[in-house]
Formats: sequence, structure tokens, C-alpha cells
Amino acid sequence: MVWSWIPEYLPKFAEGLWITIQLLTLSIFLGMLFAIPIGLVQVTGPRWLGAIARGFCTVVRGTPLLIQLWLLYYGLGALFPMVPGIRESFLWPILREAFPFALLAFTISVAGYEGEIMRGAFKSVPKGELEAARAFGMSRFTVLRRIWLPRALQNVFPTLAGEFVLTLKSTPLAATITVFDVYGIGSIVRQETYRIYEPLLFVAAIYICLTAVIVLVMGWLERRVPRPA
Amino acid sequence: MDSAIHRSSNEAVVVSNLHKNFGDLNVLQGVSLRAHEGDVLSIIGSSGSGKSTFLRCINLLELPTSGDISVAGEAIKFTQTKKGLEPVDTKQVERLRTKLGMVFQSFNLWAHMTVIQNVMEVPLHVLKLSKAEARERAELYLNRVGLWDKRDQFPAFLSGGQQQRAAIARALAIEPRVMLFDEPTSALDPELVGEVLKVIHDLANEGRTMILVTHEMKFARDVSSQVIFLHNGLVEESGTSRQVFYETQSERCKAFVSSIH
Repeated sequence: MVWSWIPEYLPKFAEGLWITIQLLTLSIFLGMLFAIPIGLVQVTGPRWLGAIARGFCTVVRGTPLLIQLWLLYYGLGALFPMVPGIRESFLWPILREAFPFALLAFTISVAGYEGEIMRGAFKSVPKGELEAARAFGMSRFTVLRRIWLPRALQNVFPTLAGEFVLTLKSTPLAATITVFDVYGIGSIVRQETYRIYEPLLFVAAIYICLTAVIVLVMGWLERRVPRPA
Repeated sequence: MDSAIHRSSNEAVVVSNLHKNFGDLNVLQGVSLRAHEGDVLSIIGSSGSGKSTFLRCINLLELPTSGDISVAGEAIKFTQTKKGLEPVDTKQVERLRTKLGMVFQSFNLWAHMTVIQNVMEVPLHVLKLSKAEARERAELYLNRVGLWDKRDQFPAFLSGGQQQRAAIARALAIEPRVMLFDEPTSALDPELVGEVLKVIHDLANEGRTMILVTHEMKFARDVSSQVIFLHNGLVEESGTSRQVFYETQSERCKAFVSSIH
């Protein structure tokens, strides 16, 4: 085992780690913003909107993330330059980068998977608790904000923890569209140093640490409401 | 509590000619009720007589098919649709609901909040009181139901009786004009019924206005200023506690209340 390359590449790994963290946290945050209404409309209706949401979840969950990523980046990304004037527009600095496409793909993925989980979560909240909220004069939005959503999330924190860990471990796919996350940096190190296994082990260790952070944060959220043994 | 004293005072809840159909099933076929300030009004009757549905119509957890409801002197504005009545003004309904403190058969405490958070929730987020005011109210009413020491527990760690007392504190904390009790002891183990009935009894003695759906006949007899006996969605007998329990006119009601003598 040769580890002498580490000091040289440490700054690059820091950059890669920052990319991974941004991709993960932003896609979870934005994805959940979509997942919540996607889950909700499947429970509350209107029926046509619920059908669209269900269709979205089915497509996202039914196709490989790698294919979604490539379709967005190579497919959609290749169409953009054909739009007249787009290279001069303020959007171009975003559209010519790979990261926004990765973020979009991961956000869609989180929205699809977690939308399905939120559907079940909203359904599992006892009707009586929602009824009590209405009986005390809460508006529909207040019921959602104060009772239904927090209660639904509480039920699925353990599930979401597992989902977010899986999301983290999908992020190396972004390296296939030139996003240099932790894994992408690891690949560069392997090419430049001709060391095969050490960089992989190093990268794996970083993912374990990130997983531990997710598990700790989600565990803390879960334990805020204790359950009887 | 002598209800005659309160006859001249304000009407807290007035319901007239209420009908409720679930499809072809006529659960309520024209039920009326008038509760004045300070009245303790019990609704009794066998299962399926429509008592719970009637109570749930008062705060519109069930929408009546037809009829009129007014709370604290204000008539709820309805529009007639094919399915039945629909409230016109959602804001009005929300406002009037804060005058009705409902206690449910299965407590329905919010499981993600501690006891005191449950009690503070509506004062804070519906009545828009300050945190200090909401806390003050919560402390007052948790003491009132004897749950001060359990304030930081989550509902799942409480016994059924304690949960129901917490739910009563939650309803009291909105300082409602009328308390609505929907079979408050039916989900409790027999040995826990007493502690809850005692709290409700004390509230009745304070002169609080309440409408109570119950299976506890002795309790209804002792605590009520008015009793209504519902049968098949109709008022079969009504009057003072004495009239309904001891000077019963209807045979059916006689048979029903005789179970406690």
C-alpha cells in the first residue's frame, strides 16, 4: 500500500467532497420540496393531478438513474446550443456546466422515490388527529403545516434515512457527465498515480463518513419524538 | 345546576331541524336542540341512533344534508348543493369552530407533540396568542385536569385516562363557548373512566356550557340540565334530567334508561 500521494491530492479531494455534499444536500432539499406535494396530491386529489404524480413516480423509479442522467446531459444538454441566442443569454453559464444537469437528475430522482414514500406517509397519519385539527378551527394549510406534514415525516424518518444513504451512493454517477465529485477525483488520482486500490479505499472511507453523518442527523430527527418500547 | 336560571341568557348553540343522510341511510331526520349558556346537555341513545353524527354536525365535521346551525348567536352560512349543505364562508366556519372545544372518543392528541405542546398548539397557531399567553393557559388547564407533572411527556406514554384529560385541557385552552364531548369515556378501560368523568363533572359544576354524547347513564342523569334521547335519528324524549330519567313518557326511552336503575 502506498499512501504518499494523499498530501498532494488532499486539496482536490476537498473540492470533490464539497461538490458531493452540494449535490447531495441540494438534491435532497429540492427533491423533497417536490416529493411532498407529489405524495400529497395522490392522497388528497384532485384525481387527475394524483394520476400525473403517480405516473411521474412510476417513470422515475422505473428507469435507471444513469440513463436519466445521460438523457438530460447528452440529450437535453445537446439540444440547448441549437436554440438561437442562447449562448449570449444569462442562462448559458449554467447550461454549459455539467453540475446543474446532475443536480436536476438527482432532484428528479429524489422527488420520484420520496414522492412515493410521502404518499404512504401522509396516508398513515391517523384520521382522528387531522379531524381534531380541523375541529379546532385550523385552516387546511395550517393542518398541513402543523399536523399532517410533521406527523407524516415523523413516521418515515427511518425510511428516508435509508433513501438518502442510497442517494449519496448514487452520486458517483455524476462523474460520468464530468462532475468531479469525490469519486471523480479518485479516478483522476488513479490515472495520474497508477495506484489502483488505495484511491478507491480512500474514496470508500469518505463515503462511509458521509453515510454516518446522514444516519446521525436522521436518527436525531427520529428520536425527537420517542416511542414507547 | 338549575337550568331555569339560564333560560333568559344567551343561546350558545341552536340547531334546528337537522337532517343527515349517508346515501340512502337517514341518520338524522330532523333533530333540534337549544343549548343556553351554562347548560349541560346530554344526548343519549343506543348505538346507531345518530348521536355522534349529530354532535359532529354541530362543528361541521359532518356536513348536514339540511337544517340550520348557529353558534354563539351566529348562524352558519350554507349553500344547498346536490349532496347537501356546503358552508359558504370557510373563514366563518374556522372562527366558529374555535368557540367549540371538542373532545373525541379516541382522544386524537397529536402524537408528534408533547402534552403541553398539544395544549398550546391552537392558542398559538389558530388564536394567535403570544407564546407566554399560550403557555400560561396551558399551565392553568393542565393543572385543572391534574396533568401538570406529565406536561413534557408524549401522548403515547400516557394512559388512556391521562390522554383524555390532556385532550380536555387542549379543548379548554381555546376557552370555548361550548365544550363538545363525543363519548369521552367509551374507549377507556373501566378503571380509567372515573378520573375522566370526575374532570367533566367538575367542569359542569363550574357552569361551563357543554353538550355531551355519552353511554354513562348515571353520569348523564347526575350532571345534565337537559337530556335528549335519540332514537333512529329522531328526538324520542327530551327534557330535564328528572323528566327523562324518572318521568319518562316513551316506552323505548323507559326501557333504555331503566338499565341504570
